Amino acid sequence: MSTDTPDAPTDDPPSRVELAARVDELEEALAEATTDDESKKMSIIATKGTLDMAYPPLILASTAAAFGYDVTVFHTFWGLDILHEERSKNLKLSSVGNPNMPVPNAVAALPGMDRVTTKMMENKIADNDTATIEELIETSLDMGVEFQACQMTIDLMDYDEDDFYDGVTTGVGAATALQDMADSDIQLLV
Amino acid sequence: MSAEYDIAETLDVKGASCPMPVVKTKGAIDDLAAGDILEVLATDSGSMSDIDGWAAGTEGVELVDQEEGDDVYKHYVRKTE
Repeated sequence: MSTDTPDAPTDDPPSRVELAARVDELEEALAEATTDDESKKMSIIATKGTLDMAYPPLILASTAAAFGYDVTVFHTFWGLDILHEERSKNLKLSSVGNPNMPVPNAVAALPGMDRVTTKMMENKIADNDTATIEELIETSLDMGVEFQACQMTIDLMDYDEDDFYDGVTTGVGAATALQDMADSDIQLLV
Repeated sequence: MSAEYDIAETLDVKGASCPMPVVKTKGAIDDLAAGDILEVLATDSGSMSDIDGWAAGTEGVELVDQEEGDDVYKHYVRKTE
């Protein structure tokens, strides 16, 4: 290696030992910056408020928290109903628009059919010992999941901040969600 | 069989389905000391894969063994740190 450094004639070039020490130092800093950062993060955007679509974000949020992830779930539009203390206990399953339902759409569109299919689903949930939406929310909150209720849709739906479960964060918007997603290892839109 | 392990605590999640076996296992492990083994009794057949995956992806825990009984799935998880 050439040691000719005409621009800095007064400085001695670093010795091999000094260079090796510097390399060690940089490698250490790199390892610290890349591996030992804070815990993994997951960010979910929950936009749906039907009974079936309320489950995936809550199941993934509580499971990720069990893995040690920092989890944020940003609820917007109908997804707000999942966090709404009263409405979350009465989420409905739509009987129309789902070809997997056992009733033809022409019948499913009759008044009262959503109530029938919702009841059917609720019975299945109870029979199968599947956790309720309320249980999943309480469990997730206990595990440190941060639930955020989009302020713009709270205002749009005419909800009140007190309508939501204790521990739900309000007064947040898209920029908060975006920042969370940018910092996250996993980002999901449900 | 299970008697081989020095079990610090048994968690009964029989009847509970996904995600509760994993979520409750995590909660029970948090209350134990390093080195302790937690026994988890579940009836959810998905718990075999789920607890294995959870243990592999989570710091500070190690799956010691899993047993598939007649209708109960047994999991042994050690807290390592």
